[in-house]
Amino acid sequence: MDFRDTADEAEFRGTLRRWLETTLGPDWVSRPTFGGGFNEAESKAWSKQLYDAGYVGLTWPKEYGGGGAPHTYQGIFLEESARIGAPAHVGGIGLGMAGPTIIAWGTDEQKKRYLAPLLSGEEVWCQGFSEPGSGSDMGAAKTRAVLDGDEWVVNGQKVWSSWAHIADWCILVVRTDPDAEKHRGLSYLLVDMHSPGVEVRPLKQITGDPEFNEIFFTDVRVPRESMLGQPGEGWNVAMTTLLHERGTLGFSLTAGLEQSLNQIIKLAKQPGPDGQIAADDPVVRDQIAQLWVDLQALRFTNYRSLTALQKTGVPGPEGSVAKLHWSETNQRLTSLAQQLNGLAHQLDAEGGVWDGYWAYQQLRSRGNTIEAGTSEILRNIIAERVVGLPKSR
Amino acid sequence: MDFAFSDEQELLRASAKDYLADRFPAARIVELADSDAGWDSNTWKELADLGWLDPELGALEHAVLAEESGYTLLPAPWWSTIGLCGALLDSELRDGVAAGERRVSLAWAETDGPSSISGAANDSATSAEHGTITGTKVQVPDLGLATDVIVVANDGLYAVDVAANPETVIMRSTIDRTRRLGELVLSGTPARKLDAGLDALATARRNALALLACESVGVAQRALDEAASYTKERQQFGRIIGTYQGVSHRVSNTFVALQLARSMAYWAAWAVSAGSDDAEAAVSGAKVSAGEGAVFACEQSIQAHGGIGFTWEHILHRYYKRAQWNNGFEGSGRQHRAAIADKILA
Ligand SMILES: Cc1cc2nc3c(=O)[nH]c(=O)nc-3n(C[C@H](O)[C@H](O)[C@H](O)COP(=O)(O)OP(=O)(O)OC[C@H]3O[C@@H](n4cnc5c(N)ncnc54)[C@H](O)[C@@H]3O)c2cc1C
Repeated sequence: MDFRDTADEAEFRGTLRRWLETTLGPDWVSRPTFGGGFNEAESKAWSKQLYDAGYVGLTWPKEYGGGGAPHTYQGIFLEESARIGAPAHVGGIGLGMAGPTIIAWGTDEQKKRYLAPLLSGEEVWCQGFSEPGSGSDMGAAKTRAVLDGDEWVVNGQKVWSSWAHIADWCILVVRTDPDAEKHRGLSYLLVDMHSPGVEVRPLKQITGDPEFNEIFFTDVRVPRESMLGQPGEGWNVAMTTLLHERGTLGFSLTAGLEQSLNQIIKLAKQPGPDGQIAADDPVVRDQIAQLWVDLQALRFTNYRSLTALQKTGVPGPEGSVAKLHWSETNQRLTSLAQQLNGLAHQLDAEGGVWDGYWAYQQLRSRGNTIEAGTSEILRNIIAERVVGLPKSR
Repeated sequence: MDFAFSDEQELLRASAKDYLADRFPAARIVELADSDAGWDSNTWKELADLGWLDPELGALEHAVLAEESGYTLLPAPWWSTIGLCGALLDSELRDGVAAGERRVSLAWAETDGPSSISGAANDSATSAEHGTITGTKVQVPDLGLATDVIVVANDGLYAVDVAANPETVIMRSTIDRTRRLGELVLSGTPARKLDAGLDALATARRNALALLACESVGVAQRALDEAASYTKERQQFGRIIGTYQGVSHRVSNTFVALQLARSMAYWAAWAVSAGSDDAEAAVSGAKVSAGEGAVFACEQSIQAHGGIGFTWEHILHRYYKRAQWNNGFEGSGRQHRAAIADKILA
């Protein structure tokens, strides 16, 4: 056991830190606040720079264009990116979910076709799992795919699909056998979002940003070879996606939380609406110190779970712990900011506290306990699949 | 970075588990806890033979043993001797401990004087002259099981042979009967000044807190295991109670608290062993996470058991009381959060 970087890790961290500082430039490093919402052009340009420098897919196998590095390197990458507040890669869903699922289940042709443009950020992915009638109960998905010659014909509707409005591809859960027992009737398709019959309608979130969408599929024809796994294996393939979503995500979320903690410390040290310095208030000090403890505990829990990931390549269901605790910690952090800002918290643009940064962060955090498995579902998973209690359903 | 224990450390864990499961099943713990002595004095020799008292062991080996002894609630002054006093022993005491002959505790608190180890020498009314010591110390852990006590006086640390001066020991009734507290009444009692000075207390405190956090992780793990096995079997309204989310989500929350506490306790143990700059903060973080986490785990487990969880007969309250002991030692979570705040909000 040694919590420090090895010599190689320290070298990687040092090189990366210098690269981030020079590439983002002094204006970025010294800017007073971090932007709230997502900026597509900025994110795409940044993704290309990351890719060219070899920082995308660090831990992916070399044969698929990855860096073949141990998982700790991805942890270091995320920590350093968060430290400087670097923009997010545009292909979060591709890199974190679609890619690893294709690596686990794809044929050689599929890996060749999809992985390279996914890494370079040329092709953006979205996730089409949730439907109006089936969110937590994903196994009840109704979107139909029927084989017609060499093509699957897809009809149905997905909802809450993040980034679908900028996506080129979709990982789609469909029902191919309506007669089979519910989970066994599902299959997993890789669908070109530019196909005729695909219609994306953005939905505004409570932040006001249209970050997720409805997707309507009307007689969309998908080549037969665009299925991941066999017909009827969709549930198992989707589980791989969800384990990655919750497991690997834990790392980036925790890195982001470190950034937020630094921000709240900054906020607490400046005079509040009443002219008082919140950081002098023992109650606020207690709350911030607890957030610090939660952050450290999440970091080391993530790192400890790498041992399993390094061995099996798939994160264990313990990944749910990180997602669950991160989401609730982030909500506590942002609601503390709301309390500190008083009525000025209402001002969500110019004239507001940090031009509305905290208003955005706080509202966005309410989605954290819903997306990628609600907190209730994650507690069910921990009880049933980790601790081994009998199934509640 | 490497976040796993070594193969040797895992081997040590396996052998500790075997020994503890074999010698200290729940019924035996109950019997010893309710006995006058509070332990089986043969245990010390067994621990020596198993290598638990070996001065060569490092903080990570201690971490493993502390976690396992918390899981079993091992009734022996192992933590007091190794965790609390390990950094203060002189060669005479160290050899005696290694041989399985001496058991040591630390006396720092006074009724109208210091209550915490960090400030133990300030305002202490305990003083030494001509090879004797005078003063009254309270809340001395495992006092009834110790052969020697290291006493914090206003000008240094002194070893008192309490085995040879039994009249100095008054045991008090405590809720945790597997780690009792006593009063040490010294009046012109022979004492030997130790090489370690008052400044060594900071190290002793850090080690003690780090190991106690690991012990709390063992306590929390046991509380979770008890809750899991009970809620998998017990039926009400024709259903296994573990299928009710009001019950199962308590179990999940316990699991989460345990995982976080474990990460923090291991970090603290590592930071102490490596002399890391973060050691003080890591230890405070572990105190918060594992100290409060173990209390939480026991409370959730008691609730999930219903009436049987509220009985003296059931083993759970023994763990609950230990969790409270550990949480109360050397500053509450609130105090450690205040220390962390001083660092991060400086
Ligand atoms: C910001 C955001 C981004 C998202 N992005 C995507 C995306 O890209 N792709 C995608 O496919 N989906 C996405 N989702 C959808 C998300 O996965 C679902 O919203 C989520 O799974 C819950 O499903 P639902 O909305 O149908 O709510 P429901 O499943 O109807 O849940 C309603 C309430 O009931 C509770 N509940 C349901 N079942 C149980 C149970 N068995 N036990 C206890 N409580 C239960 C839930 O916890 C919740 O509190 C996103 C959601 C959000 C908020």
